[in-house]
Amino acid sequence: MYTQALNTAEADDRSLEDVAHAAQFQARIDAEERIEPNDWMPAAYRKTLTRQISQHAHSEIVGMLPEGNWITRAPSLRRKAALLAKVQDECGHGLYLYAAAETLGTSREELVDAMLAGKAKYSSIFNYPTLTWADIGVIGWLVDGAAIMNQIPLCRCSYGPYARAMIRVCKEESFHQRQGYEIMLTLCRGSDEQKAMAQDALNRWWWPVLMMFGPPDKVSQHSDASTKWKIKRFSNDELRQKFVDATVPQAQYLGLTIPDPGMTQDAEGHWRYSEIDWTEFKQVLAGNGPCNRDRMAARRKAHDEGAWVREAAAAYAKKRQYRQSAQAAE
Amino acid sequence: MATPNTPLWEVFIRSRNGLAHKHVGSLHASDATMALQAARDIYTRRGEGLSIWVVPSTAITASDPAEKGMMFEPAESKIYRHPTFYDVPEEVGHM
Repeated sequence: MYTQALNTAEADDRSLEDVAHAAQFQARIDAEERIEPNDWMPAAYRKTLTRQISQHAHSEIVGMLPEGNWITRAPSLRRKAALLAKVQDECGHGLYLYAAAETLGTSREELVDAMLAGKAKYSSIFNYPTLTWADIGVIGWLVDGAAIMNQIPLCRCSYGPYARAMIRVCKEESFHQRQGYEIMLTLCRGSDEQKAMAQDALNRWWWPVLMMFGPPDKVSQHSDASTKWKIKRFSNDELRQKFVDATVPQAQYLGLTIPDPGMTQDAEGHWRYSEIDWTEFKQVLAGNGPCNRDRMAARRKAHDEGAWVREAAAAYAKKRQYRQSAQAAE
Repeated sequence: MATPNTPLWEVFIRSRNGLAHKHVGSLHASDATMALQAARDIYTRRGEGLSIWVVPSTAITASDPAEKGMMFEPAESKIYRHPTFYDVPEEVGHM
């Protein structure tokens, strides 16, 4: 998930490349063939995918932070075990995605270093704080719900390793959304205070979640190349509308109010939402969201404090290898 | 300082007895023991397997997709290698 908002394609500089190769490549894409790592591909395709998949991976890893915040404070052992499993899944998703990105020729270490240096982005949604336990419910229900909406079409993405990673991720993500909705349902059936807490969390997350799908189609830049290459199969607005239509009845079942007084249902049954505040989105992407600095600091701290582990593991492997070759020489 | 690279491993999992190990993905680890443990955590969190192989990615020799014509065409032109190439009268029954 998490990359729709960040999609920007590289300028298509095919003039520099073998035109015949490029035409053949596009024909394969048009025939719904999957592209595999060693196949010829335009440099811009490689660059666009490296950026999209690595940003997706960074988002999964940073996404562990807002939820990890609640592991030690989950209200019951059942909730704690589920949240722990969910956060562990997010880590796994990050790792599948880094592996997919690496097949395009950039090492995981380089990709991670770029993120830590602030040169690579991650989803804007993780720069919002998780203030109450209800936020964990809303994240599962809506943030993961939006992610699924975005990721299902990516299972048919033209790049084989990305599509395969997405199939695995989607299977696991379904548990995330259901556990979130169950938290919301429990709160909404609880005391007045619990229901108010659920409503408050929805109020704070609703608009940032809608922003996860990225800028509106009329201003979304460069999505043409991604569409032509079948990396992207639906536009930002199409996915956002699908998500809203699926979510409104779920909120109604909970007895919660979507914080959009201007929302109406049109004749075709679609729920039409009000104008989204894109200034906020731009601010958060630019690094000025409520938690941007915290998130980056936490990632850098974890990376720095893990350096000795990486060094020790490498030294141990080297020692073992040296001993084995010494034994073999005897 | 740039982070030094950790070796890459390919992971194969047997999902149940009677089936072959199947490639599921890759991961980074310093040595084989850590690669096995990481493979357990990354690829079998929901009972996906009974057995795991990890292989250093550098140990794999792959065919070149650009040469797939030369590599696989000889198999495509030999239709007499398939049972359907041969006519057996219907009276003979299933063979």
